[in-house]
Amino acid sequence: MEVLKIATAGSVDDGKSTLIGRLLYDTKSLTDDKLEAIERTSKQKGYDYLDFSLATDGLVAEREQGITIDVAHIYFSTPNKSYIIADTPGHVEYTRNMVTGASTSQAAIILIDARKGVIEQTNRHFFINNLLRVKEVIVAVNKMDLVEYSEEKYNAIKADFEQLMSKRDYADQKITFVPISALKGDNVVKKSNNTPWYGGETILEHLESLDLAAVSNVGTPRFPVQYVVRPKTEEFHDFRGFAGKVYGGELNVGDEVVVLPSMTRSRIKNIYFYDQEYETAPRRSSVTITLEDEVNVSRGDMLVKAGDLPTIDKQLTATVSWMDSDNLVTGGKYLVQHGVNKVLAKVEAIEHKINPDYSGIEENVSTLQMNDIAKVRLKLNKPIFYDRFKDHRTNGSFIIIDSRTNTTAGVGFIN
Amino acid sequence: MSILLEEIQKPELLDLEKRPKANALEHEAIYIIREVAAQFEKPVLLFSGGKDSITLVRLAQKAFWPAKIPFPLMHIDTGHNFPETIEFRDKLVEELGVELIVRNVQDSIDQGKVVEETGKYASRNMLQTTTLLDAIEEFKFDACIGGARRDEEKARAKERIFSVRDDFGQWDEKNQRPELFDMLNGEIEMGQNVRVFPISNWTELDVWSYIEKENIEIPSIYFAHKRNTFLRDGLIWSAEDEVVFRADDEVVEERMVRFRTVGDMSCTAAVASYADTIEKVVAEIRESKISERGARIDDKRSEAAMEKRKQQGYF
Repeated sequence: MEVLKIATAGSVDDGKSTLIGRLLYDTKSLTDDKLEAIERTSKQKGYDYLDFSLATDGLVAEREQGITIDVAHIYFSTPNKSYIIADTPGHVEYTRNMVTGASTSQAAIILIDARKGVIEQTNRHFFINNLLRVKEVIVAVNKMDLVEYSEEKYNAIKADFEQLMSKRDYADQKITFVPISALKGDNVVKKSNNTPWYGGETILEHLESLDLAAVSNVGTPRFPVQYVVRPKTEEFHDFRGFAGKVYGGELNVGDEVVVLPSMTRSRIKNIYFYDQEYETAPRRSSVTITLEDEVNVSRGDMLVKAGDLPTIDKQLTATVSWMDSDNLVTGGKYLVQHGVNKVLAKVEAIEHKINPDYSGIEENVSTLQMNDIAKVRLKLNKPIFYDRFKDHRTNGSFIIIDSRTNTTAGVGFIN
Repeated sequence: MSILLEEIQKPELLDLEKRPKANALEHEAIYIIREVAAQFEKPVLLFSGGKDSITLVRLAQKAFWPAKIPFPLMHIDTGHNFPETIEFRDKLVEELGVELIVRNVQDSIDQGKVVEETGKYASRNMLQTTTLLDAIEEFKFDACIGGARRDEEKARAKERIFSVRDDFGQWDEKNQRPELFDMLNGEIEMGQNVRVFPISNWTELDVWSYIEKENIEIPSIYFAHKRNTFLRDGLIWSAEDEVVFRADDEVVEERMVRFRTVGDMSCTAAVASYADTIEKVVAEIRESKISERGARIDDKRSEAAMEKRKQQGYF
């Protein structure tokens, strides 16, 4: 069965948790005990409807304040597909969670409150999903019940959003508009009688129709070596296997490969998955590869196909999304983790800050605060083997670690 | 994480033709386990004898084959285990040829570090935390691999794949490291450790389907069997084990039951079931209307039961 990962984005009170609860409820994914808990708590709170947000807001602070703080993962399935929703909070201060959720998703749902229309937050949500090159975006105009299911309202919001679309960088992103009421269940799973003027799909119908191969980002094969397997047993005395995950494309037995950074050439001898041998290691498989020749390979090295080399460089420019309460500073030193490779990095310059509401850039910046997005030039202490983010989502991204606190302080998308 | 979900066909596993079929969840878990072995000096796999940790062991075997699993297994023994689980554990460890460490909650009680709960709902589930934290300190483990899944419980849904704990084993839920793409940041300070959850994105059904496809052996209590039981709070409790408290007016009856989780016996209820093969269990889970932890009384203590336990260092 296929699995589709979806990130959600919306402002406080746009009804994100309610939408997820509705998806779970209408796909009969809530078990009786969970449903009872929701009914019980809704009643205690004196609501006259089921408060589905109780299904997702997992932390005490979230329930107390009635908001979502942290990315939560919710699972449901239909006979056709399995879904994982990364429920990401929409507060201004939690942009980092949105970037995080979008980084692993192939689709996103952006919620808009029909009474409020496109607001600054909407720009930001769209900007981030576009920056992270999420292929499929559903714009759900929610709370249609509170605007009398007005077609004019919906069309006006759609037109406003289309204004934003004209400014986007990643133009191949597919965008679908749906008028919904998560609370009442209109057009989420079931088609609504309240919007006879809307001929399109419901949210679930649209998700069900997505072809996973088409929403995936495919590039050239890259094989970062995670671990060298050396059994040192009699049976496998000379076995040296390179364990890792294949990104971007597939690798085959007999392929001529180049080991980076040594630039040594060899051919793929065996591809193992557990105790079986295979001809092909498909994209995203975690396999163990052996080479024809005795080549010195260690963790952090990369196997690529000959003639298909990435950029090998100590300099790079990237769009950085800063996620830490300690600012990024020009001249500051950090740890950069690119795949499984860690190198030291110095911030040479912040070229400019990007306003994530499509309102332009800001120059002469020397520090970045949490939630800032900027074009940053980095110098590394040794070369890494990278692609541009637009060509390779995995090999074109890295995280920035603050070595004083060890926290993941930012993420970069290589230009 | 779980970008690998892009190409995914879920439980379909090895297609014994020419290429390993992308069961995304399996490949993701193997990637995570390899990162643990590479990034940490002293990892350990927390093994309870339950189906989730048994699944982890199979994934670890796959990750390092033909080498052995390069870290030990550790069982925090509440002393309230189903005997079937212990038998099973010892057999598995022997087959794998890996080291097994056992640390007992009873010892923590005897040392006066924790006090046994009393009363109708007494359980050693909470007490495990102290024993676990002591063992982590004793062996200086810097990474503990566990079989927790995000679909189990609401607080777990917010858990990271690499979840950093401080010296006191505490989980700071509001200050978690973001996890982007496939990149796992295992940088920690001395004294800290990381709890790692390779099957975070699996659901209960995924685990069962995997056990079926892989033909993995699991303890017999997971299958329907006749057992002397009694009813309390709408749940079925084993009357065969003295650690489960039973009041005099709670009537013992023989029922066909199986267990969906095998935690501490004193807080794990059975479910009525005739599923005596793995195929039937999978079919039953598919149809089930009660969540897995619905039969765990430790979660019913309060709306925030799990979050509280996790803050205190619970696995």
